[in-house]
Amino acid sequence: MRVYVDGIGLLGPGLDGWSQACAVFRGETAYAGGRTARPTVDLLPPAERRRCGDTVRLALHVGVEAVRASGADAAGLAAVFASSSGDGEVTHHICLALARAERDVSPTRFHNSVHNAPAGYWSIATESREPSTSLCAYEGSFAAGLLEAGLQVTAGQRPVLLVAYDAPYPAPLDVFYPMVGSFGVGLVLSPTARATSLGPLDLALADGGDETKLADPALESLRCGVAAARSLPLLAALARGEQSCTHLGYLPGASVVADAAPCAAIAKRSAG
Amino acid sequence: MNPLIVSSFTGVSCLGAGIEAWSTALAERRSGLRPCAFEDVAINTFIGEVAGLDRSPVRADLAAYDCRNNRLAAVGLKQDRFLEAVLDARERLGAGRIAVILGTSTSGVMQVERAYQRADPATGALPHFHYPETQNSYSLAAFVRRFLGLAGPAYVISTACSSSAKVFGGAARLIDAGLADAAVVGGVDSLCLTTLYGFRSLELLSDQACRPFDPDRNGISIGEGAGFALVTRAVGATARAAPHDAIALVGIGESSDAYHMSTPHPEGLGATLAMQRALASAGLAPAAIDYVNLHGTATRTNDVAEGRAVAGLFGRDVPCSATKGSTGHLLGAAGIAEAIITMLSLRNGWLPGTANSARVDRECVCRVLLEGEAARPRYALSNSFGFGGNNCSLVFGRI
Repeated sequence: MRVYVDGIGLLGPGLDGWSQACAVFRGETAYAGGRTARPTVDLLPPAERRRCGDTVRLALHVGVEAVRASGADAAGLAAVFASSSGDGEVTHHICLALARAERDVSPTRFHNSVHNAPAGYWSIATESREPSTSLCAYEGSFAAGLLEAGLQVTAGQRPVLLVAYDAPYPAPLDVFYPMVGSFGVGLVLSPTARATSLGPLDLALADGGDETKLADPALESLRCGVAAARSLPLLAALARGEQSCTHLGYLPGASVVADAAPCAAIAKRSAG
Repeated sequence: MNPLIVSSFTGVSCLGAGIEAWSTALAERRSGLRPCAFEDVAINTFIGEVAGLDRSPVRADLAAYDCRNNRLAAVGLKQDRFLEAVLDARERLGAGRIAVILGTSTSGVMQVERAYQRADPATGALPHFHYPETQNSYSLAAFVRRFLGLAGPAYVISTACSSSAKVFGGAARLIDAGLADAAVVGGVDSLCLTTLYGFRSLELLSDQACRPFDPDRNGISIGEGAGFALVTRAVGATARAAPHDAIALVGIGESSDAYHMSTPHPEGLGATLAMQRALASAGLAPAAIDYVNLHGTATRTNDVAEGRAVAGLFGRDVPCSATKGSTGHLLGAAGIAEAIITMLSLRNGWLPGTANSARVDRECVCRVLLEGEAARPRYALSNSFGFGGNNCSLVFGRI
């Protein structure tokens, strides 16, 4: 199935927004690593802003960056949210409360515990009544989300926002699913090319095989260290605008293959 | 949409194991809800519990996946010759051509709840549990995929109480795009402390067996259950004749409320959009719908908003009922459980009543059946609405 990438949002350790990350992916600046910058949620009404935690903020931050870059109206976009891990901070606090005699779970934490909490806040913030889904395929969640978003784009002939995000669990839960840092990526995918689109991107399902790795050892550690960063090889390919074939780990024995053609938008900009 | 043939379906809940047990209980307007005696929970409420799960570990080769949620999945898969139907499809189509798309809200969260209760008092460290196989949201699909020996695309949808209705959409897209020939769809949610104490914190638990659409309703009753359906392409060699082969999913509509995280839009705006989109996807006018299985949680707000939305779209004559008084609210498994009840209404020629409810709240305006009645519905719609304002309506038909 063929889609175009109309906008990208990115927030991860040492990767603060798509423009800065592009320079890293193209080798123009060295990857320095570091902590993930604090996400901003200026889009949310104040009441919701108070209620949502860092994981929701991460998802919304990259969604906003991607949609602004695309020029699309957020209210008209269907959305696919993919996370391998949900919200560990919320699970931690609920389980702490449940381990106490009173079992006094916070009502706000409880409604934030649903896997679709970012989707709910997104819909409130953007006033979008379009469909949204929230899925999980453990470490293959980015690939699963990309495939589902691609299917929605081609089946519905409409643009779709994909947001993949993961944030480290707090102690003592962290030892069961360690992550090196918070990572979120947003992609606005559409069925037709615009002047500024990246791609085209041809998505397909393939049997297993090796995942595409990154040459830079620090970026490769990040890719392996948090599930949403499994998107990095595809993002790097899009940033370079070259013909590429990226194998993204999905399930045991299955991968999602993303073939990117040379990006017309990048070629045009280089020529200009 | 291209209709999806439902070639086999099954479920387990407090109404019993298998669809015949469900049909009988619904025909007798029997509720499976009982006063809560789950674990050491001290809440004055009713629950719909599946008996015997404590004594039913999962298959030995999948022991790492052992938790209440996956036990419930295993019990469900073994009813109604569903396992045989999937193995037959696997033989014909190949393991890699069958997708597994399932919904759950809390997966095996009880494993981590228990771990926190047994945390080391000095360090806070938790005893070991199998995180990816039990607590992670994907654990359900991973377990079912291995249980059935399937190798096609798989993921879990977790959008609270609409999760296992939306799975039909994911399956339809994979099949339409040629990435799978069939899919096992469904959902499983099991009782746990998080939902019982969480809904208590929101003051949404009834102290009685829930009474959807009754003027005296005062909240939900939580239940647990599993439901599965095997769906295939409507045309060609993959749609082999089966006992229920005349039933198909013919429409699906999804929407977001854009209103509040845990309260539905008061006018049911999101609900209306989901139902309208389901009709458009089915290519049907509202008048074609012969029965509506309501989301009907028995909260004050849901039932008024949903009743208005349903009456606004279908008028006040189409028969509707809410079956959570029978099953409890199965949360992440509610979508598939009510899809199954909707399919049973088409197959059995019987519209279920609304168990526990004595009267219909006049504010709710749609035509709620308190008692079941015989009918010959051709098309029926099932509503599922979740936290985060996430809505999904399904249209099933006899084709």
